[in-house]
Amino acid sequence: MSITLTHYLTLSAILFSLGLLCVVTKKNAVTVLMGVELILNAANINFVAFARFVDTNLDGQIFAVFVIVTAAASAAVALAIVLNLYERLRSIDLDEADSLAR
Amino acid sequence: MSIFDIVFYAFAALTVVSAAILVFSRNVIYSAVGLLFTFFGVAGIYVLLAADFLAVVQILVYVGGILILLLFGVMLSQRVTSSELGAGTLRMLPALIVLSGVLAILLRMVYKTSWSSLPASDFNPTSAKIGTLLMTDFLIPFEIVSILLLAALIGAAFIARKERS
Repeated sequence: MSITLTHYLTLSAILFSLGLLCVVTKKNAVTVLMGVELILNAANINFVAFARFVDTNLDGQIFAVFVIVTAAASAAVALAIVLNLYERLRSIDLDEADSLAR
Repeated sequence: MSIFDIVFYAFAALTVVSAAILVFSRNVIYSAVGLLFTFFGVAGIYVLLAADFLAVVQILVYVGGILILLLFGVMLSQRVTSSELGAGTLRMLPALIVLSGVLAILLRMVYKTSWSSLPASDFNPTSAKIGTLLMTDFLIPFEIVSILLLAALIGAAFIARKERS
């Protein structure tokens, strides 16, 4: 039995669930960001696996490149927000960030 | 079981175990190290999927960029000497139950669908083809995403700047 598409999809599903678990349960804002990165990686594995096994031109890999760029942009902006949150609250516990007032 | 299968299972185990360390560790630094090894495992999976360019980009951008950024976020936002580095969790048991359900639904979908899977093709270098495609078929998305990245980085620098009052 060789490695098929199903193996990659299973790995991706497990990685996605772990990332979602991280996003849902963690209180620390930076750790939640790490969970988001896990989810994006799981989606990327799916894209590349489908590009190899189903549609053999490279469109899936191109899309994965765009996902990586967007992940970098979102990580930069989110970390700027986290630093701002720390300036305001002296803490990055997401439970304490419950007010939009300055 | 061929050598390819063994390598696949090794990389998959590396990815899943270090992702689990990320999720279940109570220390943010351990979580970051778990994320590091997850990225390396995913890069190995890309190599097995004949995506050599993406594997290198994964290591360059994620390990060299995003992970360093996250570590800076940890160190700038917490007093490392104090015991505040613990990452508390909340409502772990209900989340585990619900997420097991999500995983079960996903896996059921994966195994019930009859994918029209082609036999795996040969390993060919992809960098030149990706470069050509980015400059021909995907030129507009490429330009848009570069503007997006520029705007996001300028915005991030602006937001993170200390306000003078």
